[in-house]
Amino acid sequence: MIDSSKHIVLETKNLAIGYPHKKSQIVVTSNINISLEKGKLISVLGKNGIGKSTFLRTISKVQKPLEGSVLINNKNLTNFQDNELATTMSLVLTERLPESQLTVFELIALGRQPYTNWIDKLSDNDIEKINTAIEQTEIEHLTQKRFYELSDGQLQRVLIARALAQDTPIIILDEPTAHLDLHNTIKIFTLLKELVTKTNKTIIMSSHQVNLTIQLADTIVLFKEKNVLADSPKELIKANAFDDLFSSSIINFDKNLEQFIINT
Amino acid sequence: MKNQQNIVKIFIFLSVLLIVFFVLNVSLGSVSIPLDDIIYILLGNTEIKESWQTIILNFRLPKALMAIMVGSGLAISGLLMQTLFRNPLAGPFVLGISSGASLGVALLILGTTIFGGSLLALSFSNWALPIAASLGSFLVLSAVIIAANKVRNTMSILIIGLMFGSLTAAVISVLSYFSEASKIQQFVFWSFGSLSNLSWQELQIFTILYLVGIFSCFSIIKPLNSFLLGENYAKSLGINIKKSRNLILLITSILTGVITAFCGPIAFIGLAIPHIARMLFSTSNHKILLPASAIIGAIVLLICDSIAQLPMSEFTLPINAVTSIFGAPIVIWLLIRKRKIFV
Repeated sequence: MIDSSKHIVLETKNLAIGYPHKKSQIVVTSNINISLEKGKLISVLGKNGIGKSTFLRTISKVQKPLEGSVLINNKNLTNFQDNELATTMSLVLTERLPESQLTVFELIALGRQPYTNWIDKLSDNDIEKINTAIEQTEIEHLTQKRFYELSDGQLQRVLIARALAQDTPIIILDEPTAHLDLHNTIKIFTLLKELVTKTNKTIIMSSHQVNLTIQLADTIVLFKEKNVLADSPKELIKANAFDDLFSSSIINFDKNLEQFIINT
Repeated sequence: MKNQQNIVKIFIFLSVLLIVFFVLNVSLGSVSIPLDDIIYILLGNTEIKESWQTIILNFRLPKALMAIMVGSGLAISGLLMQTLFRNPLAGPFVLGISSGASLGVALLILGTTIFGGSLLALSFSNWALPIAASLGSFLVLSAVIIAANKVRNTMSILIIGLMFGSLTAAVISVLSYFSEASKIQQFVFWSFGSLSNLSWQELQIFTILYLVGIFSCFSIIKPLNSFLLGENYAKSLGINIKKSRNLILLITSILTGVITAFCGPIAFIGLAIPHIARMLFSTSNHKILLPASAIIGAIVLLICDSIAQLPMSEFTLPINAVTSIFGAPIVIWLLIRKRKIFV
C-alpha cells in the first residue's frame, strides 16, 4: 500500500509546453519536472506570459504537451478517454460563458453530465451531489437566478460549485480571482482552502495574488525564467526562491514579512 | 416545482393550438366543405361525398401534414445551428443547404438553355426537382463540411457556409442572365417554396427521412446543453467536440436537405421559431427547447399556409413570402418587448 498522505496525484516528466506554430514550435517553458500531492491546495505562481495558463491547459488536456508527459495517478494523460478524464478533473476557466438563460441550478447540474444517461436525466444521486456542491459553496439563495444576473464573485462561486458537482478528485482553476475585489478574493481563497480540508480533493489554481498564496496555499508551483519549482511556501522562502520572481527593482521580497513590498 | 408545472401547461396549450390549426388548415381552400364533414372524413368515415374525400385526403391532408413536418423540422434545424454556432442569427440555411439546392434546381431549369436539351427530358419527371435540389445541397454541404473539418474554430464554419452561399448565388445570377424569361419564371416559382403537390408516395419518403432526423435529436441533447457553457467546458465534461459537431451538422442537413428538396427554400421559420420558443419557455435547456421549437414551428407554418391560401379566393400566395411578411414583424415585436436576446 502506498501511504495515502504522500499519494502523488499529478506528475510531469520533462514536460515542455507551448504552441505548434506552422511547422515549428513555440516553446513557452520546458523541462518541467514536478510532482504534486493529493489533497492539497496548489497554487501556480509566476509573472505574466511565463506559461501558467499554458501549463494548466496542458495538464487538463486542452492542449498537447510539446515534449515529455503528464501523469495523473501514474497514468499518462494522453491515455485518458474523454469520459474518464471528465470524472477525474473538472475545470473553472476564465473565459466568459456564452449568453444563455441557464439558471444557477441548471448550470451546476451540467457538471453531472459525465454521469447522466443519454438524455441527461438527473438521478437522485445526481441531485444529492448538486445540493452538496451548493451547500459547500454557500449559494443556496442563488439557485433559481439566471447566471447572468450574478456579480463576478457570486458567479465564481457558482462555477466552483459546478466543478464540485462534477465530483472529481482534481479541480483546476485558471485565475479564479481575476475579476474580484480583495474581499471576494479572500473569500474564494478560503473557500478553496476549506474544500481541500473537507473533501480531500486536490485543487490546482493559478493566481497573481502572491501574498495571499504564500499565506494559504499548501504547495506553490513557481514559474521562474530558468526553472519551475514546486514546494511548500515555507521551503521556497527558505531557499530564497521568490527573490528573483519578477526580476524587477520596483518590488522586493521581504523574507521576514513573507511578502512582496514596494521599494521606497 | 412551479416552473415545471408552467412548462407542462404551455405544452398542453400548444398541443391544443396545433390540433385547432391543423383542422382549420384542412378546412380552408377554394372548395368550401363543412367542418363536421371534414372531421368525419379525417376520422375515416367513407359516406361523405367522394369529391370532397378526394380533396381532403389527397390534397389538403398531405399538405397539412407537410406543414407540420416542415415547420418542426426547420425550427429544430435552426435551433441546432444557433446553439452550435452560439449565434442568434444562424439558421438552417447557414450551411449552404438552400444555396446548394437552388444551384441544383437552377442548373436543371436554367441550365437547359445553355447545356442544350439533354437535361430537358429530365425536368419533366416529377422527381427531377427534388433530385436536383438534393444533389445540389449534398454537394455544397459536403464542400462546407470538408472545409469545416480543416478549421478548428466553429465560427469559421459559419463564415465558410455563408461564402459558399455567395458563390452559388453568383453562379445562379450568371445562369439567369443567359436564360429565357419563362425559365427564370419557373425557377423563381420554385424559390417561392411550396407545401402542396406532393403525392402520398413522396410524402412517405419525406416522412421516413424526417423521422430519422427527429429521432437522432435525442442523441445530441447532452452535447447541445454542454455547448451552452462553451466548447472548452463541454470538452471537460467528456463531450467529444468534433463528433458532436459532425452529428449536429448531419442531422441538420438531413432535415433541411429533405425539406428544401421537396418544398424549396422556406425562409424565416428556422431562424425565428427557436427565439419564440426560448422567450415563451424562458429556458435554454434543449430537453424543453427541442420539442417546443418543433411544436411552435408546426403551428406557425400551419397558420402561414392557411393565410397563403387566401381564404374565400382561388389564389394562393407563395408560402415563403407569407412566413416572412407575418413572421418578421412578430419577432421584431417580441425582441423589443423582451429586450434581451439569447442563443
